[in-house]
Amino acid sequence: MIALQLPIRRDSFALDINLELPASGISGILGPSGCGKTSLLRALAGLDKHNGGKLAVGDHCWQSETVFVPAHRRGVGYVFQEATLFEHLNVEQNLHYGLKRVPEAERRVSLQQAIELLDIARLLKRKPAGLSGGERQRVAIARALAVSPELLLMDEPLAGLDFAMKQEVLSYIATLQQQLEIPVIYVSHVAEEVARLADHLVLMDNNGVVASGPATEMFTRLDLPLAQHSDAAAIIEARAVRYDEEYDLTSLEFNGGQITVAGRAASMEEIVRLQIAARDVSLTLEQQHNTSILNILPAVVEDIYENSRASVTVKLSANGVPLLCRMTRKSAQELGLKAGLSVFAQVKSVALLV
Amino acid sequence: MLTDSDITALLLTIKLAVLTTAILLLLGTPLAWWLARTRWRYKFLLEAIVALPLVLPPTVLGFYLLIALGPNGPLGGAMLQLGAEPLAFTFTGLVIGSVIYSLPFVVQPLQDAFVAVGRRPLEVAATLRASPLDRFFTVAIPLAAPGFFTAAILGFAHTLGEFGVVLMIGGNIPGETRVLSIAIYDHVEGLEYARAHWLSGGLLLLSFVLLIAVYAFNRRFRFARLQGSAL
Repeated sequence: MIALQLPIRRDSFALDINLELPASGISGILGPSGCGKTSLLRALAGLDKHNGGKLAVGDHCWQSETVFVPAHRRGVGYVFQEATLFEHLNVEQNLHYGLKRVPEAERRVSLQQAIELLDIARLLKRKPAGLSGGERQRVAIARALAVSPELLLMDEPLAGLDFAMKQEVLSYIATLQQQLEIPVIYVSHVAEEVARLADHLVLMDNNGVVASGPATEMFTRLDLPLAQHSDAAAIIEARAVRYDEEYDLTSLEFNGGQITVAGRAASMEEIVRLQIAARDVSLTLEQQHNTSILNILPAVVEDIYENSRASVTVKLSANGVPLLCRMTRKSAQELGLKAGLSVFAQVKSVALLV
Repeated sequence: MLTDSDITALLLTIKLAVLTTAILLLLGTPLAWWLARTRWRYKFLLEAIVALPLVLPPTVLGFYLLIALGPNGPLGGAMLQLGAEPLAFTFTGLVIGSVIYSLPFVVQPLQDAFVAVGRRPLEVAATLRASPLDRFFTVAIPLAAPGFFTAAILGFAHTLGEFGVVLMIGGNIPGETRVLSIAIYDHVEGLEYARAHWLSGGLLLLSFVLLIAVYAFNRRFRFARLQGSAL
């Protein structure tokens, strides 16, 4: 468990953050620019000191009234928004910089592991000046991993990368978490990145922490702006069970039923994240048979939120798995939707998040 | 060509410049580092003091040093009491004067270089387990290398050409305080223009070559920053 209590005081800025985060998996911190996400991360790393703050990670106290552990003794890895590589060293020397300062007994991640995971073996002898943005960021991540951190902090590591590089670096981050079991705190203002990676989600706005909880739950909570937004989407984790060669379709199973997506979406038995946008879901009271829609899931209406006089967001439970559906208030009324009603959710499209 | 006394003056000048540069790099590095990093409100006062030798007539500086280092001055008097010789008209006195006189030429390029390095690489080093001293030597100094090069050359070149301060506190003692610029002055006084030419031409050429090195190596170099740059 990571427990922090931070009174952040600046000239024109006062923020009190009280937060508990799980000490495993990826915790996403999502919020608009300037809401204090980076301040939070810097305080965790010991780069800034906020008087009166308290910070405990597992059994270690990093800050209290009497204690302040400086950054270089905290055992964190930090990936900054812009990959700041040491320009006077080549890639290999950059990786060694942190590694050689960690006593051998404390090394849990080998350099080889970090290099392979981020796929940078062919860059080792290059100078940072000759690398692309994506390569620089991968080296920076590998360098942070090479110190075997107890906690990996990532501050918008994808900002400034183009779409293809973003996808690439994202998949490296997802893999490293699965293989190394280092807890990650990932700061971003892009809901999509967090949706793809986070197990736990902290939602921030300019007044501090709005809510904190398991990511799948947070994306579908009707009292939070994430679900009220027109881009609202539910995230489900599903296991690939079948690939249909003839139609090039993959079937995936989750608690709420089965979902079919186009293409060879995953290797069999692999667990992947799917994103179902609220506006791609429609509801019927009886199961439709003559329809082009493949994915029809039985569900129960849990709650209805009026976004405006014209539109509502309906929260559904497909055997306990939350889903969202966005429709006009008129349709909701004509269907007689209310909590507890059994419906069929027709899912028009599903996006694969991995 | 050069006479023996000219060669003595040349060697003395080089010895003075090397020593002054070395001392300035040692003292100027922590001072420049502090100036580059501090958020102290009144750091501009210190920056103004560092820059003072840029605008002050060397004779003024030399005059006050003479007073301070002479047998009746606070420093010279104290040394006399301790049984040491006063420093006026000695090589050591000359080194002290040169260090003060060339201070901005070393501190300012270093300060600029440290500001250009910025905080971020040092923060990265901190998260990679480097202690403050460790990251100063392994990150700040290597990244500020162009600044050290510029500072060393400017400090050296500026000390070579020193005249007013030397005249005031060093006088003209061959092998002790008679540096090149004094020797040139002597030759001109004595209407020995040929010998003055040799020394002046040599000094001109050397200074020019050193400055070419600075500008070629450090393309963004600006001479004599008088205002403190914002951090």
